[in-house]
Amino acid sequence: MQQTNSTASKMSGRHWRLMFSDQVFKWFCLFSAIVLCVVLFSIVFFMGKTGVLTFEFVKVTEYFFSLNWNPGFDETATYGAGIFFIGTILLTLLTLIISVPISVGIAVFLAEIAPTRLKETVRPILDLLVGIPSVIYGFLGLTILVPFVAKVFGTQLGDGLLAAALVLSLMVLPTIGRISDDSIEAVPQKYREAAYAMGCTKLQTIFFVVLPAARRGIVSAIILGMTRALGETMAVVMVIGNVPQLAESLVQPTSVLTSNIVMQIMAVPFESTWNYALFFMGFSLLVVALLLIVFVRIINNRSEVQ
Amino acid sequence: MQNLKDFKASKLAKIFNQFFMVSMWVLGIITVFFVLLLLFLILKDGLPYVTWDFVIGLPSEIDAGGGIGPMLLNSFYVTILSLLVSIPISLGAGIYLAEYAPDNKLTSTIRVCVEGLSSVPSIVFGLIGIALFVEYFQIGLTIIGASLSLAMLNLPLLTRVSEESIRAVPHSYREGSYALGATKLQTIFKVVIPVAMRGLITGLSLVAGRAFGESAVIILAGGVNASAEMWDFSLFSPGGTLAVHLWYVQSEAIVPDAKEIAHKSAAVLLFVVLAINLLFRIPLWWMERKMK
Repeated sequence: MQQTNSTASKMSGRHWRLMFSDQVFKWFCLFSAIVLCVVLFSIVFFMGKTGVLTFEFVKVTEYFFSLNWNPGFDETATYGAGIFFIGTILLTLLTLIISVPISVGIAVFLAEIAPTRLKETVRPILDLLVGIPSVIYGFLGLTILVPFVAKVFGTQLGDGLLAAALVLSLMVLPTIGRISDDSIEAVPQKYREAAYAMGCTKLQTIFFVVLPAARRGIVSAIILGMTRALGETMAVVMVIGNVPQLAESLVQPTSVLTSNIVMQIMAVPFESTWNYALFFMGFSLLVVALLLIVFVRIINNRSEVQ
Repeated sequence: MQNLKDFKASKLAKIFNQFFMVSMWVLGIITVFFVLLLLFLILKDGLPYVTWDFVIGLPSEIDAGGGIGPMLLNSFYVTILSLLVSIPISLGAGIYLAEYAPDNKLTSTIRVCVEGLSSVPSIVFGLIGIALFVEYFQIGLTIIGASLSLAMLNLPLLTRVSEESIRAVPHSYREGSYALGATKLQTIFKVVIPVAMRGLITGLSLVAGRAFGESAVIILAGGVNASAEMWDFSLFSPGGTLAVHLWYVQSEAIVPDAKEIAHKSAAVLLFVVLAINLLFRIPLWWMERKMK
């Protein structure tokens, strides 16, 4: 009798221990997940808090619309960040103009045309390219693309928006290509069969049936590539020339938000308008990137509902 | 008459189709070859000239013949430290999302946060690193600052790959384990994680390769310099890594052989990143093949 009792209590001791560790682990997992949220919120909060200090010294309209970026520590300093915002917008647009047709073309090729064996070779290669460091792309741009651009345009230096856009296109190509590829692949086979049965050629099937069916996936792929292009720093720094001036041509050295932050932040004390102005540039990038992600989420949710 | 028109139209469509097919093939093949060629050029211009002295040698500011030893060491050190910090949190979050998360507001908030965090531009993590470690803790540009800032960057991607690989484990495995009387914790550790290991390792190699080559975060939170001596494991040494050094010699350094150093550094960096990506996967490919 006594023995059974002790076994029972042993059993229940073990039982309690298991239940307890089970609960502790569950709470640890929940805690970890919440850590991620806390990190995101503190980043947004802190970037915003530091960045907004800019406007104690600089007018909002001057910051966004003035093109005079003459930071400094005396009265004559002006903080017109307009050139960098314009630069980033131009660079992102130019990158998308170059990379979207090529990457969607690659996606169509992989999903619809290439034989299985080739698909299985090219897909891992593209996945691998996503993992190549951005300085390597920047280095490629600097050693191969910039001299090439200079030669084609007959300018002394090839640094500028065009070189940066070419490097960025190379970088976002695997991102846009692979995500579009997956969404084209996900279009049900019966759609294609129906199109062929109506007498469509492969070209007509792709353009009038497959691509429209996969459009949400392709749009989110493009937006994801866009966030990558927006936030890319080192590859751009290496090929854009880093002169704070508005680009008058595609091959004139200029600056964008990210490259300007990196080039200047190391030289300024933390508690200065200059530094706050740079933090606000970072904050603007952050806000745009978050908005784009929310947009992608809305698109994807809608396609799930349908 | 109508028939003839149709026939012509379809003939035209066929020609368009042929043209399209050919151009897609050309586009696909040329792009892939072009990219591979570029990468090959980097390796070709650098790797044959890399010597052991270069790999573990000290860098030089003025004379030719400097090495990349401390930077390369920092790259590994910072990557490993950042992974040590981010793996437990990401794995926990991944397990929560895949195993526990009920379908409610909190879960969807967490998901939005993970996606949001993964869209944060890397330079923002660098700015946070400056604000936190240089300004608030006043420790300057260090290895620990670089590693922790990098850990924040790793979190979302690592969480996503953990969740995906854990979710991919068939439900029947879990049911089998519960039927034997295992608790949820035992099921996760003894059944789910071992089965998901394949995916976890692939994901880890992806994140490690990215962390190894990351430069924007390191340049702001770790600085451009590395320790002046080799095998310096102090957490408070300067945190410049190989990726940062590649940018530094290319654009700021005044050594006469900066160009060669840049070529060789690029080759070493690319080689290690490819190795991290491939080495982890080769055993997995091999296993898969054997299973078939």
